[in-house]
Amino acid sequence: MASSHGAPPVFNNKVIAWIDHRLPIFSYIEKEYHTFPTPRNFNYFWNFGAIATVMLVVMIASGIVLATNYTPHVLMAFDSVERIDRDVPSGWMLRDIHMNGASFFFIAVYIHIFRGMYYGSYKAPRELLWILGVLIFLLMMATGFMGYVLPWGQMSFWGATVITSLFSAFPVVGDSIVTWLWGGFAVDNPTLNRFFALHYLLPFVIVAVVALHVVALHVHGSNNPLGIDPKGPQDTVPFHPYYTMKDGFGVLCFMIVYAAFVFFAPDYMGHPDNYIPANPLVTPAHIVPEWYFLPFYAILRAIPDKLGGVLAMFGAIAILFVLPWLDTSRVRSCVFRPIYKWFMYLLVIDVVVLGWCGANPPEGFFVPLSQVATFYYFFHFIVLLPVLGKIERPLPLPPSIADSVLKKKVA
Amino acid sequence: MSIMRKFLVSGAIALAALTAGAVAIAASTVHPPHRHWHFQGPFGTYDRAAAQRGFQVYKEVCAACHSLSLLSYRNLTELGLTEDQVKAIAAEYQVPDLSDDGSPIERAARPSDRFKKPFPNELAAAAANGGKAPPDLSLMVKAREGGPDYLHGVLTGYVPFEKLSPAQIKEFAVTADDYFNLYFPGHKIAMPPPLSDDKVTYVDGTKATVEQMASDVTEFLAWASEPHLEARNRTGIRVILFLLALTGLMYAVKRQIWSDKKH
Repeated sequence: MASSHGAPPVFNNKVIAWIDHRLPIFSYIEKEYHTFPTPRNFNYFWNFGAIATVMLVVMIASGIVLATNYTPHVLMAFDSVERIDRDVPSGWMLRDIHMNGASFFFIAVYIHIFRGMYYGSYKAPRELLWILGVLIFLLMMATGFMGYVLPWGQMSFWGATVITSLFSAFPVVGDSIVTWLWGGFAVDNPTLNRFFALHYLLPFVIVAVVALHVVALHVHGSNNPLGIDPKGPQDTVPFHPYYTMKDGFGVLCFMIVYAAFVFFAPDYMGHPDNYIPANPLVTPAHIVPEWYFLPFYAILRAIPDKLGGVLAMFGAIAILFVLPWLDTSRVRSCVFRPIYKWFMYLLVIDVVVLGWCGANPPEGFFVPLSQVATFYYFFHFIVLLPVLGKIERPLPLPPSIADSVLKKKVA
Repeated sequence: MSIMRKFLVSGAIALAALTAGAVAIAASTVHPPHRHWHFQGPFGTYDRAAAQRGFQVYKEVCAACHSLSLLSYRNLTELGLTEDQVKAIAAEYQVPDLSDDGSPIERAARPSDRFKKPFPNELAAAAANGGKAPPDLSLMVKAREGGPDYLHGVLTGYVPFEKLSPAQIKEFAVTADDYFNLYFPGHKIAMPPPLSDDKVTYVDGTKATVEQMASDVTEFLAWASEPHLEARNRTGIRVILFLLALTGLMYAVKRQIWSDKKH
């Protein structure tokens, strides 16, 4: 790929040329973000990597300003958040941007993950790229969970209690782990302090892993909706201006929806109980995590055994790490996989059903439903994926991206 | 593009499923009737007259038991009261302070003081109210499922014991000493009916029915929960209009750039 970038760029500006000769950041930008050959046939699903990156920046920027006004102490945290909302100039806006930003970051990342799975972006030679992505997802979950604890409302406190207590399921060392996580014998001030410190630290770890994710991406370039490799310049366009402008358009469309929630329904995705200050003596009727954890919460509760539930919940994410090796098909894109395509849709429905189960108390028909949905989730990855790759007959692949694009235009 | 459309459709279905889930959670409690509030929708504002009347209801009725700890008297100017009016209201209350030599004193409240709490601390509040402190009302409208509809529902949803059906009395184990409320989860509420007709005499001459007072105090407490709502809506409209214009331009740029490439 690198050879197709052409001659190294010449900079007319003397300062830039001087710097670039010693520290080639301008050459790097030129090579990786301007002339970088990118498949010409992306659909709008390919916007979500850029959108997720923008959301990460929005979260860090708004978060740093919020942190300058927040007090991580059990007696003051709740009121300090309300002070941000009421008395800090535009504090309400920062807080609404940050709390809804978490949801929209996850929306972007879930769509990005779906795109990777549907078009087989995780397959050779992009396995490490995918694994780094799953790592980012895990780090986001840890960051989101700890961030939700900071306002120290009822759901903050009880969510923290439920999730940290999960570790007590591990035999022998379980209780010691929980005490170590809490920094004491209950969720209390030491817990809040360390969660704040880690909530501030982890986003920068995410930035570092995102950087590796991008480096890995730029080795073999992006996958594309056809899942076939570009064979020459006729199959690609330079990243700039073609995809910088298309990503810009996609990011702005996403921002409109995001802004609508920030300004007109800031509490829609939150839980009313979190406007009640944390009270260790009163347990809310239903403890529910943020919506983006609900499918995994459902898996946790679907298994009647506590340790089994914890292992299944972590397993549901861990299994994504080995996805590239579970999929035995040689064809990447679902466009050419007539059977698997439908199972991909079914997996999406399954995850939505799990989310629905997670939002409801584990009673009545939600119990068997969440068990069936959990079973299907693992069945998809452990059985369907390896078997289908062997028995499915993929549709014939087009000879090249350009060929497919130009034919479609004629038809 | 057809994949994008399919995706949007499945997203809509997923959203509908999630919403249905939310409804199912609350099915065990009775939903208060939905009303339209002046502050709802992207162009919503607080009805100043109603909120001022609501403040009068809070001050003369609710404040006997419920604190409003996140608000200061100065905030009342946002509801259209003048600074002199706010000073006069604050001065009606004596608040604890320290004198210059450090001895505890009581002095008249100033606009910068927080609303005076009815009880010195949570234990005192609980002791005076049958063992459980009446909740603070600063965030009441945001802290309950149903928001303003719920609050209005609870204030108007009392059913006297003699009007309950035998089935209701049996199902919820109600006795003549209990207060039965249609919209309170579990129906048995510790708070006696706080409102009755003409409980307050409105300064603006409005007839003080229970319904009127409940609506007014809900308007006031909605403002107390979210005093910046009007700024939020105003800013939101500008932000969305700006983003729409910029997105339109961006789309034109993108089309122009891609016009020489089939894709």
